Amino acid sequence: MDFNTKFTPHTWPDHPEQATMEGKNKVVGFWIFLACEVVLFASLFATYLALKNKGPAGMEFTTQGLFELPLAFAMTMLLLTSSLTSVYAIYHMRNFNFKGMQTWLAITLALGLGFLALEIYEFQHYVHLGFTFNQSAFATAFYSLVGTHGFHVTLGLVWIATLMIRNAKRGLNLYNAPKFFVAALYWHFIDVVWVFIFTVVYLMGVIG
Amino acid sequence: MMKGLKKWRLFSLLAVMMVFLSGCGEDYLSTLKPSGEVGKQQLNLLLLTTVIMTLVVVIVSVIYLLAFLKFRRSRVGENVIPKQVEGSHTLEVIWTVIPIILLLIIAVPVVTTTYKFADVAAMDEVDEEGNKTALTINVTAKLYWWEFEYPNQGIITAQELVVPTGEKVYFNLKAADVKHSFWIPAVGGKMDTNVENLNKFYLVFDKESKDLKDGVFYGKCAELCGPSHALMDFKVKALSPDAFDAWVDAMKATEGQTADKASTDLGEATFANSCLGCHAISGSGAGGTPGPNLTTFGDRNRVAGFLEHNEENLEAWIKNPEEFKPGNLMMNAEGTAPIYGNLSDEEIKALATYIMGLSVEK
Amino acid sequence: MSSYTQKKGFGATVWDYITTVDHKKLAVMYLLAGTLFFAIAGFEALLMRIQLMKPNNDFVSAGFFNELLTMHGTTMLFLAATPLLFAFMNMLVPLQIGARDVAFPFLNSLGFWLFFLGAVFLHLSFFMGGAPDAGWTSYASLSLYSPGHGIDFYVLGLQISGAGTLISGLNFIVTIITMRAPGMTFMRMPLFTWTALVSSALILFAFPPLTIGLLMMLFDRMFGGNFFDHTMGGNTVIWEHLFWIFGHPEVYILVLPAFGLFSEIIPTFSRKRLFGYSSMVFATILIGFLGFMVWAHHMFTVGLGPTANAIFAVATMAIAVPTGMKVFNWILTIWGGSIKVTTPMLYALGFIPSFVAGGVTGVMQASAPLDYQLHDSYFIVAHFHYVIVGGIVTALFGSAHFYWPIFFNRMLNETLGKWTFWVFFIGFHLTFFVQHFLGLMGMPRRVFTYMEGQGWDQFNYISTIGALMMGVGVIMMVINCLMSIKGKPAGRDPWGDGRTLEWAIPQPIPFYNFRQTPLVRGLDPYWIEKQEGNKEGMTYAEPIGDIHMPNNSAIPFVISLGMFIAAFGALYNPDADKPWSIYILIGGLAITFGAMIVRSIKDDHGFHLHKEEILEIEEQLYGKGGNK
Repeated sequence: MDFNTKFTPHTWPDHPEQATMEGKNKVVGFWIFLACEVVLFASLFATYLALKNKGPAGMEFTTQGLFELPLAFAMTMLLLTSSLTSVYAIYHMRNFNFKGMQTWLAITLALGLGFLALEIYEFQHYVHLGFTFNQSAFATAFYSLVGTHGFHVTLGLVWIATLMIRNAKRGLNLYNAPKFFVAALYWHFIDVVWVFIFTVVYLMGVIG
Repeated sequence: MMKGLKKWRLFSLLAVMMVFLSGCGEDYLSTLKPSGEVGKQQLNLLLLTTVIMTLVVVIVSVIYLLAFLKFRRSRVGENVIPKQVEGSHTLEVIWTVIPIILLLIIAVPVVTTTYKFADVAAMDEVDEEGNKTALTINVTAKLYWWEFEYPNQGIITAQELVVPTGEKVYFNLKAADVKHSFWIPAVGGKMDTNVENLNKFYLVFDKESKDLKDGVFYGKCAELCGPSHALMDFKVKALSPDAFDAWVDAMKATEGQTADKASTDLGEATFANSCLGCHAISGSGAGGTPGPNLTTFGDRNRVAGFLEHNEENLEAWIKNPEEFKPGNLMMNAEGTAPIYGNLSDEEIKALATYIMGLSVEK
Repeated sequence: MSSYTQKKGFGATVWDYITTVDHKKLAVMYLLAGTLFFAIAGFEALLMRIQLMKPNNDFVSAGFFNELLTMHGTTMLFLAATPLLFAFMNMLVPLQIGARDVAFPFLNSLGFWLFFLGAVFLHLSFFMGGAPDAGWTSYASLSLYSPGHGIDFYVLGLQISGAGTLISGLNFIVTIITMRAPGMTFMRMPLFTWTALVSSALILFAFPPLTIGLLMMLFDRMFGGNFFDHTMGGNTVIWEHLFWIFGHPEVYILVLPAFGLFSEIIPTFSRKRLFGYSSMVFATILIGFLGFMVWAHHMFTVGLGPTANAIFAVATMAIAVPTGMKVFNWILTIWGGSIKVTTPMLYALGFIPSFVAGGVTGVMQASAPLDYQLHDSYFIVAHFHYVIVGGIVTALFGSAHFYWPIFFNRMLNETLGKWTFWVFFIGFHLTFFVQHFLGLMGMPRRVFTYMEGQGWDQFNYISTIGALMMGVGVIMMVINCLMSIKGKPAGRDPWGDGRTLEWAIPQPIPFYNFRQTPLVRGLDPYWIEKQEGNKEGMTYAEPIGDIHMPNNSAIPFVISLGMFIAAFGALYNPDADKPWSIYILIGGLAITFGAMIVRSIKDDHGFHLHKEEILEIEEQLYGKGGNK
């Protein structure tokens, strides 16, 4: 099967993302890339745990005093839902329903933006309290961990948006199907990382 | 008969190793000539591992040379196609199991000694009156010198560690600026001085140092700490317990000793004006001065830790410390002049004489 | 389409190399770049050895010595050994598994340019206010204290070239998983491909901790972060952990492909299949796995406590078992074979005892209480040079001789090659054997000088003489390489005993590698075909047909160049007197992201090479009648 082949929903393969050699490579490669990202975040988590609540003598900030679960919970819900909507998008991609896919991706983007807005609000709130990046080792580790995740979310948003705009007029083919697929994989990964952040940073910070 | 022969072989191998190793290095510096329990056990481990490992190297080399000599193409013939052997399970098992056994033989003493060397519980033991029973020394490593504080005796010195023989001496190790590592090769293995936590370990000094070439053991910094890392030496004076007690008393007696700005001695006056801000000359009290404590300077073995101990070197050092130990903190931030300003030659000469005269042993 | 083989002008050739995505050309570029940095780092080593030739020497200053030792270590590991091994991986892995290129040719090019420009950036530090001077380990308290921009060069340069290495590693993994020819099962892969796979997997898991460590260092030095500032609650031991979680696997990243290269050389010149192939594969995987479990043996003296030290000591010793398996399997490969002592084989034969000697001192240092004496002394310097020079550099030199005909269709001179071996090999043992004793005699490592009267003078002198001999050996090697330009074409299977697919391809290798994808019928496919009298050298899995190939692209170079420029902006950004730096930073990043956007918006479908064109190319390369 070739990149330029025109398809109908009937001729469209079951796994369009792996129908070409390039697509197959891309999917395998992306899984491996995600494995590498896991180690990256693991390093950040380990550092955060080592530096949690550590600061100059007499520091007043602790996880208990700082974090608010309702906000973090709202962010979690937004991101979890966006993960679900991206599943719908891929479902439509596999059924050669381009419009359906674009619609669900758009919803995913909106939810992701909502998450990002809340995160920016959260950071701003902490900075107002005096919990700035340079304030303590705890602060540096916190902003680095959560900020790296936020940076990943931003990249994901830009990526998905570019794909949507880029292919708006071309529709689906075997060249861009793997691209949509791996973008969705990436989005799931970001979501999984957030679940860990929510647990390790927020839940364990406030309760544990 | 065979068994006896094997034993004899091992023994002779050990003996040869001992002779070979004992020819190596100076007794005030070499890990091969240890003067303390810790170093001796480390040497024993070294010998054990060396024997086993030499055995491995020899066996491998013999098989390998045999294979090489027997199967060269010039011997087996140009057009011979050797049998394409896949492998052998028996052999694989043999060369997996034998190394495991050898490693287990090493692992047992390794694990036990690791725990033994880390046992510093005695540091906190007290007698009936609540005094600590063990001698503890707080070592602070600084760019590029060493401070030694004896918290239970309430005394402090620098650059030259003084210890009694025949007992476990416990160390609290810490770095004041960047990471260093505290190492007295001839007495025992090193431990790092970290910036954020105290490290604790102990050493034992078996031998008095007065019979050594310079009358001291050599100590080294073993972690790269900047340009003058190579020059961050210290010396260790191991005294008999009685002599050590006498030294402690002499140090305590210097309480309140200071230099007078109005002194008629130019050296003392200069010291009071230019040096006293950083260097104490009383051995009593706690540490934390910016520069090394100089109470025992006259008794020491080196100027700045590594230069020969005479007035010329001391004068040259005072004149331009940067030339000898690049990156040391006696210079101003730009590195252009010493922080105490440029002294006149006359002042420096007097100062050197004065500092050389600081002593508790004479 | 005859343009494929026509002579090109100089400019066109340069452009061709900048834009190429061909794994063979990139392999040559890795080889050249790696050799360049190997020469630089070797020169730095000579300067250090000359300084230490006699006590109290003042050949170089204390500060410059620290820059030399830092750059020597950093360059040798990241910028010399890694790219040189990548040169072999790039050249050989696709050929050995019967593929036309790697899985992501574009990323392959990107990986090279990131590595190369990152390396150039790091080396510019010498001319821009001083190189990094905190050791290749760059321990946090000293590296934060270090004035000037040296450490910033280290952080940014390694970040960029590390990203390149990571990308290449990922590429090799996917290539080996998905691009194998029909019949090339995992257990039929040549051992070098296996080691390339395991080593790439190690890269994948080892480099992210380094990336994070460098990022933290960057935050601390440039944005006032507090990861390593203990007065603000930070902890420098975190750096040590992250660095060694990367640093220890890095050793195996380098040494495993070296093992792989020897596992190709030894069977070839013993005319016998590798003894215990499956246990060799198992040992490779086991070494890779254990390599991640032992990092704290670099930190025995840090004060992690007896339990951690004991566990890591025993785990470290365990690595000796699979390594020993490998050594015995090599020896048993020789046993019963028909050994031809060519230059590559000479290196392989020299490697076995040298590497074993380096390995056993590793076990000695794994004994934690003993390591308290050996750590950071010259003993460790001797140990890791035995492993790295005795294991990796001999592998690189030997394989350069071995694979030169694959790279360039020329042979290196055998006589000069053997002379080179002896000079280098004797120099190597002279340099490093005595250093064991220097360490035991109390000499710490990384010292720019030493005083007289400590019993170290003689051995240091010997060591320097040895180092100079090694230098002569390297020069002889380079002369040999240059001389080969004038040599005659080597043709297919010049050693006569080639066993694997890369020797079955006619020379010069066309840019699409295999006209028809081969069918692999067992381990050592070329050997099997030769034994069955197949003159073609290959059984084919498909008839001649169209071949799909990727397009060349300048985008990888532009992306990397953007990063290179941005790095200068980031470097000078904290300086109050250089307000322009922020524009350089933004400009550089704009170039990078602009190039990335162009890449994702412009479809790149590659092109098809038709059957007639293939036949025409082959006729030009090999004369009438094509592939004969």
